[in-house]
Order: sequence, then structure tokens, then C-alpha cells
Amino acid sequence: MKAAVLVFPGSNCDRDLAVAIEQVGGTRPAMVWHGDSTLPDGLDLIAVPGGFSYGDYLRSGAMAARSPVMRAVIEAADRGVPVLGVCNGFQILTEAGLLPGALMRNAGLNFVCRDVPLTIDNAQTLFTSRYDQGESILLPVAHHDGNYAADEDTLDRLEGEGRVALRYAAPINGSARAIAGIVNEAGNVLGMMPHPERRIEAAHGGTDGRRMFEALLERVAA
Amino acid sequence: MKTRIHVTLKPGVLDPQGKAIHHALEGLGFGGVNDVRAGKLIELDLADDTSDADLDAMCRRLLANTVIENYRIEKL
Repeated sequence: MKAAVLVFPGSNCDRDLAVAIEQVGGTRPAMVWHGDSTLPDGLDLIAVPGGFSYGDYLRSGAMAARSPVMRAVIEAADRGVPVLGVCNGFQILTEAGLLPGALMRNAGLNFVCRDVPLTIDNAQTLFTSRYDQGESILLPVAHHDGNYAADEDTLDRLEGEGRVALRYAAPINGSARAIAGIVNEAGNVLGMMPHPERRIEAAHGGTDGRRMFEALLERVAA
Repeated sequence: MKTRIHVTLKPGVLDPQGKAIHHALEGLGFGGVNDVRAGKLIELDLADDTSDADLDAMCRRLLANTVIENYRIEKL
């Protein structure tokens, strides 16, 4: 699997994502700096990591979404290259317009950092095909701005089109309709607040995140 | 040309920060505060020939997230 992991000033999950991708896919991903205006050719996955890009200045993900590399990411996403945005990566993808809605300050104002139970709401996306529909999994979250917001029409459309990939089993941050992760209309871009890369081997306390990378690998092998 | 951009959350969008400020004001004993909404003020120093269209584009493309925020341009 040929993958690229983006690196912004303030990213802090870029190496975790790279380790997860290499462990599952066998190949070390390219680390692509935010100032680069091109991506490697023939990518099977672009991963947008968590962290606090640009210190969350203006809005979480706002500055990163306008960086040179994101123009290349938008072009690649339009061509159908899978894009996975985790945590700050999800915020960046919404700010870049690749996903609808916005991630706002958690309703309780607290930074939420713990393992949370999630429900797989659509097991037929590129990213969730190795899970069972309705399966309950456990992944860590660590965010201050995970409160997903969109207008009612957008939320209805996301649900109607099966674009809610994951939901929180119980509310943790005020997120509209307990949304934890969504895909774009074409289904090749997933943004999610929980961290699958932090739960891929037994030493992490569980492996529920591993199948997300396995699903992507399986797609490449197919 | 000094210009201020006022960025505010759209009506109906939950503002946890505003709620916390509201609570804190009540904690200080101030009664009669019905609601608090927090926003941002961004001051720009622009070349005099900056067009209104460019200024509006700056707001739409970066300064405000129009999914959740409104903006108001105030030329000083």
C-alpha cells in the first residue's frame, strides 16, 4: 500500500499514523510536509493526522486547510484517492471543504481524552468494510473540538445516504446525532475524531483500529 | 485602510464558550444577563485600493467558516 502522511507544524499523530500504516501495510508511508505542493504519484491512501496544526489558530484546522499540500490533496480526492482524516485531520478536511459541516468546541468545554465505545453505522465504506454493521468497538479520543455541527438538511442527507460511518455509543462532546465519523459523497474521504492508529496492537490495550487499515490494504490488494 | 471583521456564531449554533462566560458572570453575582455569545474580532490594515470583492473573499475563504459563522465588515 503506497501511502502518504501529511505533516503540518503542530501535527502530533503523524508518526503514530505512519507506524500503523507500516505495521498493517508493510510499507513505510511518505511523510509529506505541508509546504509541498505535490504528492507522490500512485497513492493508495492519504492520511491527515491529528494534532494541533498551526496551534489551532483562527479555528482548528483552518490554517492547515489552506496550506499548499491541501490543494494537491483536494485534487487527489477528486480523482478518488482514499483520504483518511483523524481528529485534527477531520477538522482540516471539513475546513478544506472535502467534508461537510464543522467541528466545534466540545459542548462541555472539556478536553475529552479517553477510550470511547463507538458503533459502526455503515460497514460498507472503504474504511469500515472489515467491521460488522452495528458492531461496537472501542477507540481512544483526545480532542477539544469534536462537536460535529451541520444544518439539519445536511445531517438528514448524511444519514439518508449512509455517510455516517461511526457514531459515539453515548454522547461525549455534544456532536450532532452522535456523529463520530463521516464520509464524503463519493465515499473515498473519511473524517473521524477517534484515533484508530492508537489501537492497532495488543500492547495498546486492543486492536479495534487495525481493521480500518486492513480494509484499505485489502482494497489495494483486490 | 483599517478594517474590522466581526465573526460571530450563527444563531442557533451552540456556543459553549458563551455559556461558560454566562455562568462565570452569574458566579460573580451579576444578575440580568440573559445570554452570552462569544465571537472574534479581526483587525486588518489593508491597502487603500483593496476591492470590496477581495475583502469579502478573505472573509468567506478564511476568516469565517460560513458553515457555522457569520461575518460583518466594518471599515474604520
